[in-house]
Amino acid sequence: MSDQASSSGPAAAAKKEDEQEPHASFGQSLRDSILEGHTVTIIILAIFTGFVVGGLLNAFTNTTVLHAWGNFFSAPGHAIAAAWDTAVGAYVAMFEGSIFNPHTVAALFQQASFATAVHDGYLSAVFNPLSETCVQATPLILAGLAVALPYQAGLFNIGAEGQLIGGMILATYLGYGVSLPFFVHVVVCVIGGFVGGAAIGWLVGELKARTGAHEVVVTIMMNYIMIYFLAYLLSFGYLMQAPHTSNEITSPIAGDAHLPLLFGSHLRINAGFLIALACAAGIWWLLNRTTTGFEFRSIGKNPSAARVAGMNVERNWVLVMLIAGGLAGLSGGTVIQGTDFTLNFQSYGTYGITAITVALLGLGRPLGVVLAGLLFGALDAGAPLMQAATGTPVSMVQVLQAVIVLFVAAPPLIRTMYRLRATRAGGVGEVMSKGWNG
Amino acid sequence: MELELKGITKRFGSLVANDRIDLSVGPGQVHALLGENGAGKTTLMNVLYGLLQPDEGEILLDNKAVRFGSPKDAIAAGIGMVHQHFMLVPVFTVAENVTLGIEETRRSGLLDRRRTRKDVRELSRRYGLEVDPDALVENLPVGIQQRVEIVKALVREATVLILDEPTAVLTPAETEDLFRIIRQLKEGGRSIVFISHKLKEVQAIADTITVLRRGKVVGQRPPGTTEDELASLMVGRDVQLRVSKEAAKPGDVVLDVADLTVADETGRIWVNGASFQVRAGEILGMAGVQGNGQTELCEALMGLRPTASGQVTLNGRDLTHATPRQRLHAGVAYVPEDRQEDGLVGEFSVADNMVLDTYDRPPYASGIKLNLDAIASNAAERVQEFDVRTTSAQAPVGTLSGGNQQKVILAREIGREHKVLVASQPTRGLDVGSIEFVHRRIVEQRDKGVAVLIVSAELDEIYALADRIAVMYEGKITGFRSPTVPAEELGLLMAGATDQDPGPEPTPSAPTAIPGAGQ
Repeated sequence: MSDQASSSGPAAAAKKEDEQEPHASFGQSLRDSILEGHTVTIIILAIFTGFVVGGLLNAFTNTTVLHAWGNFFSAPGHAIAAAWDTAVGAYVAMFEGSIFNPHTVAALFQQASFATAVHDGYLSAVFNPLSETCVQATPLILAGLAVALPYQAGLFNIGAEGQLIGGMILATYLGYGVSLPFFVHVVVCVIGGFVGGAAIGWLVGELKARTGAHEVVVTIMMNYIMIYFLAYLLSFGYLMQAPHTSNEITSPIAGDAHLPLLFGSHLRINAGFLIALACAAGIWWLLNRTTTGFEFRSIGKNPSAARVAGMNVERNWVLVMLIAGGLAGLSGGTVIQGTDFTLNFQSYGTYGITAITVALLGLGRPLGVVLAGLLFGALDAGAPLMQAATGTPVSMVQVLQAVIVLFVAAPPLIRTMYRLRATRAGGVGEVMSKGWNG
Repeated sequence: MELELKGITKRFGSLVANDRIDLSVGPGQVHALLGENGAGKTTLMNVLYGLLQPDEGEILLDNKAVRFGSPKDAIAAGIGMVHQHFMLVPVFTVAENVTLGIEETRRSGLLDRRRTRKDVRELSRRYGLEVDPDALVENLPVGIQQRVEIVKALVREATVLILDEPTAVLTPAETEDLFRIIRQLKEGGRSIVFISHKLKEVQAIADTITVLRRGKVVGQRPPGTTEDELASLMVGRDVQLRVSKEAAKPGDVVLDVADLTVADETGRIWVNGASFQVRAGEILGMAGVQGNGQTELCEALMGLRPTASGQVTLNGRDLTHATPRQRLHAGVAYVPEDRQEDGLVGEFSVADNMVLDTYDRPPYASGIKLNLDAIASNAAERVQEFDVRTTSAQAPVGTLSGGNQQKVILAREIGREHKVLVASQPTRGLDVGSIEFVHRRIVEQRDKGVAVLIVSAELDEIYALADRIAVMYEGKITGFRSPTVPAEELGLLMAGATDQDPGPEPTPSAPTAIPGAGQ
């Protein structure tokens, strides 16, 4: 075995992640990452398969469809049509809710003049689905980066949730607790979000560097600590609870701490989305174009060689967790400053957990995280319309997300289904396993 | 049993790994397959063992054509293989490992452990294997684990035993033991196919030597053939087995190690009061059987392991407690013992690995920003200069052969400013051609006035390179000798004989034969 195995082993294990030509522009890298390698093909097929399976699940849990199938032998055409209509109808509604709705265009053209159409919000209505997708994607991208970046340095950050809460707490406090001029206030709150998350990330990194505590365990525990810390803060008026209420909620943040809307008051899309894109580009640059990123990646791939090469592994762990925590904190900040404006005991939602899936789906790469974040954002944005239009429960979206990730995490399954050759082992499943061994 | 391979051809795409290979092994014979890495030795054996199907040709057993669809068939036909990387379950005992897959059961359906143990013990006695059936495999040294693999094959009644690079992981003494076992197996009528790229071993043990090069049989020679002839057959050109070098012109002391003691986390002392000096323009060879503290010594010199006591100075500058980076900057070039683990990031490109410890300094970085142009042009230059065989400087270094990986490390380490070169097992696992290359480069460094410390378990290498030899045993330096002393004398020091006169000059030799020292 040995000659063959040992020569092909490292080759097969070598993942595509760092093979970008050093001179590749961002655009070229984008093209590469879409076209290159089998991992990307597998991701796309996994998403496709996820949608197919999701559609089947949707169709065959629908009572009308099941009833039609009960009469399959008398009216087989009807049964199949019913199943098809249910599955496709849900996806069409989802698409209309997240990307583009033809009805809104029709409405736009029925207006007397373009000016009144703009004024009455008909133009905004056309772009509302896309705006919602971006709004939903913003925290997912930022929190996804918070998982993807440490992954590149060989750490598995389960703690985006706790770090996100840290960011929310500080951003919210700065939002209602201090008064500052308009522009300054937004910036201070955004920075506050970063700092709040970074503090939690730093703590995790420091614990790992100094005591060897495994970051997976520490971050999971930090999540609980932060969830209950938040509940505690929101339980007492002299802490963060809004005055004259018994609810676990803060006062709303000041208007000038809101993230500016990008396209007028009818669309919720705000500067947070730009922050997310900028962070993704920044992380890409950091990883691929700087000495710090070189150290992160070296430590991620081979910590002992990195140590021999003079890199301070522990210091880099702290630094990468600090940045990751900051990104998660930013994610929390954009939720508060962009859409929610107050902080309650559930504001952190499932962003922190979905972030892990987003990073996984994005292959741990910044661009991948952006695309995965947009996909999940679109699913979330389309869900309400899907429920309203077709009666499909919103939880269908979670099922869909779960099925996609299931397929992404099992590349051999997809390879078998589509008869792909296993030329490039490794890939996504490795994200999980490596995180645990690291 | 007479084994014959006739016209075996195996292709992988356009690559012909085996090209019409003929080979025959008679009973009680040791047939050595000699060839460089990638010559097709292992492919051929995988064909014989049923792991690969030949595209052409046939396998004859006692003049009857056989087909092996899987290793199961091969085992049933009496062929056993000891892989380079052992296939053992570490947490099982020897007996359990041996019986795995062919478990004997009693009538009750329970495992018949006693019977297995008895079998192991008996085989072990008959061939002098000295394996304890109840020992846990994970507690056994590598040499003994290899014997467990041999027992495994014997229990399955192998008459032809394939040993794939069996000495790669062994110390000289273990190698000597293995050879004794091979001779005993031979007397017992078994045939051995011995795969190696080490000339001395092949000469020592083989009855016939078949040399493979690029998938073809390029010659068959008796064991008496000279090393030079075998080497040139193997490589395809004349090879200098020992680099020619002129007498050293030692200058000032560069690296001064005084009374260095190094312990591990558990408090075990690995290096015990070692003192030595390396001068500019000389090569100090640190000889010793693997595991006597050489690894820890190198790690301590690089700051990868804390120093318990003593002092390390470089040109008078105290580096005892310096970080690895401070040492690199002070001018220590380091070729680590385990290149894949410590020397390279396998998934990084050749170019990135060429700057793995200089990426943060000009011209490769300005401030925090990497200068990709400088990194690329540096890689292009070094690939050329060091003749690194790679498809491109952007290829992951893990896809290169061991020799080329070592060239990448050497290119990086001696490419930056340095005053001392510490190289640990610099040619381990490399083929003859690469060894020549690496040795030439190291001597070149010495001639440029660099102080060189070579740590090697191969006495050949020590003799080839060193201007002065230090011997390490159980963490202590047992003596300094000149490279003119006989191997027996070094062997004595390597086995722990204390030296009354630890001066750098050779003392009259005591001609005592130490088995294993000559390897």
